[in-house]
Amino acid sequence: MLQRPSQAPGVFAAVGLPPVVWLFALFLAPLAVIWTYSFGENRTLVDIAITGSWGNYARALKPLYLAILLKSMGFAALTTVLCFILGLPVALAITFAGRRAKLLLLVAIMLPFWTNLLIRTYALMAILRTEGLINAGLGALWGLVPGLPPFEPLPLINNNFAVVVGLVYVHLPFMVLPLYAALDRLDRSLIEASLDLGAGHLATLWRVVVPLALPGIVSGIIITFIPALGAYLTPDLLGGTNSQMIANVIERQFRSANDWPFGAALSFLLMYLTFAALMVQAIISRRSAEREAAR
Amino acid sequence: MTKGQPIIRFEGVTKRYGKVVAVDAVDLEVREGEFFALLGPSGCGKTTLLRMLAGFEVPSEGRILIDGQDVTNVPPNKRPVNMVFQNYAVFPHMSVADNVGYGLKVDGVGGAERARRVEEALALVKLDGLGSRRPDQLSGGQRQRVALARALVKRPRVLLLDEPLSALDAKLREAMRTELCQLQAQVGITFVMVTHDQDEALALADRCAVMNRGLLQQVASPSDLYEFPASRFVADFIGSVNMLEGALVVDEPDHAEVAVAGIDLPVFLDHGVTGAAGTTLWLALRPEKIELHKWAPAPPALGDAPQGRNAVAGTITHVAYLGSESLYEVTLPDGQKLKALRSNLTRWDQEDFALGEQVWLAWHACSPAVLLS
Repeated sequence: MLQRPSQAPGVFAAVGLPPVVWLFALFLAPLAVIWTYSFGENRTLVDIAITGSWGNYARALKPLYLAILLKSMGFAALTTVLCFILGLPVALAITFAGRRAKLLLLVAIMLPFWTNLLIRTYALMAILRTEGLINAGLGALWGLVPGLPPFEPLPLINNNFAVVVGLVYVHLPFMVLPLYAALDRLDRSLIEASLDLGAGHLATLWRVVVPLALPGIVSGIIITFIPALGAYLTPDLLGGTNSQMIANVIERQFRSANDWPFGAALSFLLMYLTFAALMVQAIISRRSAEREAAR
Repeated sequence: MTKGQPIIRFEGVTKRYGKVVAVDAVDLEVREGEFFALLGPSGCGKTTLLRMLAGFEVPSEGRILIDGQDVTNVPPNKRPVNMVFQNYAVFPHMSVADNVGYGLKVDGVGGAERARRVEEALALVKLDGLGSRRPDQLSGGQRQRVALARALVKRPRVLLLDEPLSALDAKLREAMRTELCQLQAQVGITFVMVTHDQDEALALADRCAVMNRGLLQQVASPSDLYEFPASRFVADFIGSVNMLEGALVVDEPDHAEVAVAGIDLPVFLDHGVTGAAGTTLWLALRPEKIELHKWAPAPPALGDAPQGRNAVAGTITHVAYLGSESLYEVTLPDGQKLKALRSNLTRWDQEDFALGEQVWLAWHACSPAVLLS
């Protein structure tokens, strides 16, 4: 039987307390420490004085760092758009596949999750590098045609292109799964009704499927955009010196530059951006929940 | 085309799902302007047949013609038919007017013309003035009207209805039946309806097709289905029936006699059967065609109508009092049970025919339907 917390305070405390303590000790408390650091200054190599100054935030918004932040948002946005364009047909295919095929496709989407990101990224490097699989393959084809100048390998790694490819690769499942969940819930007869009334498949997609799957689409966009914005490993391994993202800059502050207060300020700036994105999603999903509840 | 010409033709249409045959070699014609019902138990293939007509399923074999045009492989959005879905499938993110205007919009019908036709269609289903409502502000019955208007506004050659009344409550269903009939007469469009509810089919349709296990059993008017069923399945599926198995003993051009176990005298029929003596056949006898008597009916005088000969004695073992009538279960001496329906002609009838009473059952020589399969 379901009980309210007030009816069984002992049980509630026994079950609820450990996770609360856990979250407080390992998440909120360190976050608070970092937050106070963001208002501090380096005194010595290891000593930080909390001065309450906004100097770190002012510095974070200087053109040099703002440009990297904007570039990160650009990368994340491009990744999200590409994931949507690639993910929507995939999600549609899974939704309308037969039972067996559906299971296989879902497993195929989840499979990368079971492999370490580092290993997957190194694998991607092996494909993209100058002597990698793609260039080797193209070179071999090139060699088949007589009379051509020597093959110039394509610059596929250590640039913006490689970063976006890596980000799309890593984040595609984050887009596909919420899209699939939303599409799978869709009443098939609505699609049939649209076809029956004379609409083609594209018109049906645009006028019926997309509007009704909107909450799932927004979820997919947010869930892709947020981790892509904070991506560290992908730009670190696949990007060149000019394709660094904000997480790489933050890492440098905490490690090689040893400027924790400034790193903290950059971290919080990134987090506020994330909160803003989540707020947009909350507003949209509440609106559609209200529409559903009124039905 | 004028009313009565065939508008839809199924030619040897078969639909298989793997090894399951959902629709088995169906040949069927629907006539222009009629209200046609596909009737049968769930899983009989009636919905598959309708969905093939709409274009959502492609036949494994055979052809479907609408207006003489082969539409077997034409996609749903290019067919001159529109459908009212069982759950209505009203677009939840559009207003009533946008729902009704959807089909016109995707056809490129312009704003003013579209608005006029949407208004017209809404008036047709008595939803005038509700165009700006959202579907979540409508009742189930109103949503069905939106679905009707949305399909009719396209002026289809054929309107398809998938279990149109099944989601409505009893009172509303009754009212909607009448309205569907009037609507069909008003617009003059051919209606093809799928239903598992025999009352619905009998009350609405000009003609019905009864299906079972993918096979077409009989296509006839409601009264012919009821009074002249073609098989035991149809007799049993439509209405209630007493099925008597017997053997043909006398077969003359103007009368026949059938020996039925448990009934002393052979059952007398007022028409010939044209079968060999000893042939096994079934007599389908409707409960309302059996009379109940307190005493043995008088033996027929010479030259009288021979109906009195069809009589058998039994004991009332169950009474279901239905108000206007009562349904009696009468058990014959050999344990066979027959159902008899009797109008409660006076206020004292239930006392005359009470549980445990000895009664006589009698029926006219023309009442049983003779079935060979």
